[in-house]
Amino acid sequence: MRGDLLDVRELKVVFYTYRGIIKALNGVELWMNHEERLGLIGETGCGKSVTSLSIMGLIEQPGEIISGDVYFEGKSMQKMSMEELHDMRGKKISMIFQEPVSALNPVMRIGFQVAESISRAKDIKIKEAYPEVLKMLELVGLDSKRTASLYPHELSGGMAQRAMIAMALSSNPKLLIADEPTSALDVTIQAQIMELLDELVREMGNAVILITHDMGVAAEFCDKIAVMYAGNVVERASTVDIFEEPLHPYTKGLLKAVPKIGQSKELVGITGTVPDLVNPPTGCRFHPRCPYAMNKCSQKMPPLIEAKPGHHVACYLYTQEGEHNAN
Amino acid sequence: MKSITIEKRGKLRDFIARRKPIIEDWKHTLYLWKSTKLAMIGTVIIVIFILIAIFAPIIVPYDPISSNMSARLQPPSWDHLFGTDQFGRDIFSRVIVGSRIELWIIFLVSLISGGLGTFLGVVAGYFGKFVDEIIMRITDMFLAFPSLVLAMAFAAALGPSLTNTIIAISVVGWTVFARLARAEAMKIKKQPYIEAIRAVGAGNSRIMFLHVLPMCLSPVLVQLTLRMGTIILTAAGLGFLGLGVRPPLPEWGSMVSDGRSYLVAQWWISTFPGIAIAFVVLGFNFLGDGIRDIMDPRLRR
Repeated sequence: MRGDLLDVRELKVVFYTYRGIIKALNGVELWMNHEERLGLIGETGCGKSVTSLSIMGLIEQPGEIISGDVYFEGKSMQKMSMEELHDMRGKKISMIFQEPVSALNPVMRIGFQVAESISRAKDIKIKEAYPEVLKMLELVGLDSKRTASLYPHELSGGMAQRAMIAMALSSNPKLLIADEPTSALDVTIQAQIMELLDELVREMGNAVILITHDMGVAAEFCDKIAVMYAGNVVERASTVDIFEEPLHPYTKGLLKAVPKIGQSKELVGITGTVPDLVNPPTGCRFHPRCPYAMNKCSQKMPPLIEAKPGHHVACYLYTQEGEHNAN
Repeated sequence: MKSITIEKRGKLRDFIARRKPIIEDWKHTLYLWKSTKLAMIGTVIIVIFILIAIFAPIIVPYDPISSNMSARLQPPSWDHLFGTDQFGRDIFSRVIVGSRIELWIIFLVSLISGGLGTFLGVVAGYFGKFVDEIIMRITDMFLAFPSLVLAMAFAAALGPSLTNTIIAISVVGWTVFARLARAEAMKIKKQPYIEAIRAVGAGNSRIMFLHVLPMCLSPVLVQLTLRMGTIILTAAGLGFLGLGVRPPLPEWGSMVSDGRSYLVAQWWISTFPGIAIAFVVLGFNFLGDGIRDIMDPRLRR
């Protein structure tokens, strides 16, 4: 087994729509250890959120997992019963969402909502959970008593996200999935929230999957980074490796498109557009936009291989077959 | 000691200050209410109707049920304000006491049909797919019949009595609420906070009843007030056809029916309960229209 906390193997997820079958995930490979922080990077619509929902076991109609499996602490989630899955959510895996204000029930006080998640995580009555609520709200840096009696619309985005973090961490989950936790917030608040998350997670020892398209945030926060493109993890390595020597052409392109302070050169975008996932390109889904594309690329999806120790990439540039074909 | 009272006063002030927008909103609602004439008329009629129902035992001059053959078929006079019927019972007393029965029918029917409809609607909307399909096709079946005909069929099958009238009207009326609640539930279940609460581990029943159901209530409540007139009308209709409340009980519809054969010479037997029905139904309809207008966000601006 590659990761002792989470191991996603060959996960394929499709969505059935009137327009056709959307092949959202095309054999995602992802793994992580306890207390590790993994950044999941990619463009909008590349399957980051679908991956996180699969890990939570929340893929619902019209979506379906057609093959592959998610192993959480060595247990196959496909084989888990509804009760086991249900038990896992909230207790072992929690999630923070992108828009904190709309992820809270608008007609219930913050205190009650936090109490609800605590009561579930610890199997106690909601009323008994209130002391814990105050403690959690205090922990995320909110004026606990006041905030508990407020409604979501009375909070600012940053405050609401803090409350969400309190809810998500109240069960001290093994794995916290943060789905773009800062993209709806302004920059100063972003920094505060990421700092808070960093501090709390370090203290409590949770593993984190940080979904983001902000390279800067990912670089600051994560140990490992996985880059996704059109339903595949195309590269996975430690943060330093990804930024210092990216291997996959897509990652290289992505990094060229990030502005750097002091840089006077024009930014270079990746040519072409994100593929339509109803009719994705054959073979490697990146090949129509790839400057290094070979014949081989349009025929078969390259497997995710370990090109260097701890540095995985899915590209024929780094396999024997690929080199052979290129010559 | 003193500091505690100050703190308490501070809390009270805080309490009021925080609710200021809500109080302002209510003031605005009250203003709109006053400026909508029909709603005011409806409100006055309904308030009088409810007061009469509450104080009925104090108001009635005669026993509404026991007959008095020596005083039968008397025209309206100061002794018998609305006259007497063929058994010598005072019609004024019967109309007054009848208001209690009507109110009871409205209350129970609203509770049963509103509750049942909302529950089924939320279940259908929340689960979707074949659960939705089954429940909604059943409501379609109910909606395919004219409501009075269906209520008659149920009342006839169950036998005439007050309880059966209530059951029959409820069984016919729940479909509207089911459709409303379903639409609302479908909208709400797609909200991000439902996804969030599911990610925290809440189960279906918890999400459905604690988070989805309360959000579906407001359109259902408005619809309920709009339907109260119809409920009385259906109850009276059943009573008139002899399928409703059993004879000695003074239900307005059956009282109208009692006077049918005397209509030419003793017009008052049917007329006064008929007027009572007309007034109360009119009141509820005015009130319902008024509420709908007041709730209309375009009018609120």
